[in-house]
Amino acid sequence: MTTMTIAKAINEGLREALGQDEKTLLMGEDIGALGGVYRVTDGLQQEFGEDRVVDSPLAEAGIIGTSIGLAMRGYRPVCEIQFDGFVFPGFNQITTQLSKYHARTSGAVTLPVTIRIPYGGGIGSIEHHSESPEALFAHTAGLRIITPSNPHDAYWMTRQAIECEDPVIVFEPKKRYWLKGEVNTEDPGTSADPFSAHVVRQGSDATLVAYGPLVPVALAAAAAAEEDGRSIEVIDLRSISPIDFDTVEASVRKTGRLLVTHEAPTFGGIGGEIASRISERAFLSLEAPVIRVGGFHMPYPVAKVEEHYLPDIDRILEALDRAFSY
Amino acid sequence: MGVGQLPTTEFNDEELDDHPETHQDPASQPAGGDMIQLLDAQGNRREDPVFGPYVESLDPEALRAFYRDMAVVRRFDQEATALQRQGQLALWVPLTGQEAAQIGSGHALRPEDFVFPSYREHGVALSRGLDMSDLLRLFRGVTHGGWDPREKNFNIYTLVLAAQVLHAVGYAMGIQRDQASAQAKGQAAEDAAVVAYYGDGASSEGDVHEAMVFASSYKAPVVFFCQNNHWAISVPSKVQTKVPLAHRAQGYGFPGVRVDGNDILAVHAVTQWALDRARKGEGPVLIEAFTYRLGAHTTADDPTKYRTSSEEDQWRAKDPLTRLETYLRAEGLADDAFFEDVRRQGQELADSVRQAVLSMEGPSMEEAFAHVYSQAHPLVQEELQWYREYEAGFENAEGAGEG
Repeated sequence: MTTMTIAKAINEGLREALGQDEKTLLMGEDIGALGGVYRVTDGLQQEFGEDRVVDSPLAEAGIIGTSIGLAMRGYRPVCEIQFDGFVFPGFNQITTQLSKYHARTSGAVTLPVTIRIPYGGGIGSIEHHSESPEALFAHTAGLRIITPSNPHDAYWMTRQAIECEDPVIVFEPKKRYWLKGEVNTEDPGTSADPFSAHVVRQGSDATLVAYGPLVPVALAAAAAAEEDGRSIEVIDLRSISPIDFDTVEASVRKTGRLLVTHEAPTFGGIGGEIASRISERAFLSLEAPVIRVGGFHMPYPVAKVEEHYLPDIDRILEALDRAFSY
Repeated sequence: MGVGQLPTTEFNDEELDDHPETHQDPASQPAGGDMIQLLDAQGNRREDPVFGPYVESLDPEALRAFYRDMAVVRRFDQEATALQRQGQLALWVPLTGQEAAQIGSGHALRPEDFVFPSYREHGVALSRGLDMSDLLRLFRGVTHGGWDPREKNFNIYTLVLAAQVLHAVGYAMGIQRDQASAQAKGQAAEDAAVVAYYGDGASSEGDVHEAMVFASSYKAPVVFFCQNNHWAISVPSKVQTKVPLAHRAQGYGFPGVRVDGNDILAVHAVTQWALDRARKGEGPVLIEAFTYRLGAHTTADDPTKYRTSSEEDQWRAKDPLTRLETYLRAEGLADDAFFEDVRRQGQELADSVRQAVLSMEGPSMEEAFAHVYSQAHPLVQEELQWYREYEAGFENAEGAGEG
């Protein structure tokens, strides 16, 4: 067990992957000498060389598209997209090419490409630096999408994404890069399956689903609700595609109420998918409608108002009040 | 303030020329911006000091093989067009007019090279030895692919314009890494190269630009083969570019060559030269094959709506098959019996692909579910399970009705 930040845990995960398999390589803008704008790849180019940790031209479609070719040649590319809002120049390559190759070749070609995307707000940045585009990718069959909320998961999910034969997008909660926690690099423990959800707090009155940057917020809201005498179970979803509906359903059958929170806009988001599926699976267990606590239907707002945009403890508690009013 | 008045003395030449290693030695490039031609439209040979030697070694059998493949793939193209007209294919993308560009370049490749086609490279596919009926699976609507890209090092067709050009560069970067790894282990490195095919329309896509930046930056062993067939569906190439497309290579720091795309000898020579260069680690080349699509873009459009018949007639006079036939006959390299034999081979291929297409059946929905992911995925499993039960419901209902 070692204590480290999420950024360091990802760095260690990448180092381990690079050391284990010479076919693994990193590609991205400024990931070499600089070590990435968040220093997540710090020191890796020095250790593994310019051919393994590649400072790419400033071209997102180029990074993804050449990674597809490299994967066809037997390599395992790990792409870094510098910021969430800059993934869109590469969107075509991800959604029309990377996601579909396996199906288009009737299973003959697998593309084990990993795409790391720092995402989410709350860092006081300017536009295109704080977005949560996970639902746009989750809608595309052929991609797997995971998001860690703590250093232990960050270490293992990084390694698991690289080992996966399918394309995986890892949305990294950039606001939490400096969140510290214990990492067991010897044993993944309950994190052995990256596509499983974790119950991170037991409760009996309502289930609160969160992922990535909002897991600590959800836990704090549950602690605050406890003071009001409400026992809230918190689930860290961890995997956005596929979604571990079994774990969510089992919790809802126990608690009878479900709230889902994410930073992305509520409309057309992951929360709606969870609400719909759980309504189908456990309708008679629900004491109240499933309530979503997310972003608004607007471009990610300017930094000066983002604290009002992002779900916080109070917004979650207000939603809980609504859930308990039925 | 005009450019001439801009201060320049604060920079020295070295600073201004900050990547001297990427500048091409003019001696390594073909002279001038002229179009390379070794066999003119009347079937006469032309001399060329740089590219001529590449075809000197072609024996009569190789020249006859060029003709045979061009004629056979044209017959195949006619048959596929007919199959579409008869409702057996959803769509067809004719190649007629572009046989020399495709057969000439395809024959320059070695088995270990890798081809990234767009969706019209039927001639290249023939030269790679693909089962030609497999090409029709996509257009029959029974698969989105049709063959295993690794069997003949010929990727599946890509319908999203220019996307494959980046894949080609990535694959070439993989070859480089394999070579470096082999050398580090004291093993012999494989001398392979990659060819990316795309059209004049696709040349406007941003992916082509990014591909050329990556290829140039890393000196990837890739040949960009642009078939300028003059029409992107209904839009003429003058809307895509104001300069010869080959000239664009200069901006990326590698050679660009415009070749008469209806002259199979020139195409073959230029492609061999470019591949040799790539294999030697000298980086990418852009070849612009100046050719013409004699038919429609696909069976869905009507060229009479957007171009004149006199333009088509001018290009018919440059037909790549007629040109080579004239040459072969004039040199005494082929006789009537040969051309009759070629005609028979074309007919045999046409008959066999027709038979194959008529027997092609769609996959089951089970197969459609099977390859979404390579590893088990709970959502796919859940939906498949639901689908099976739903289908089984119909079977039970039919059974009940009969009883």
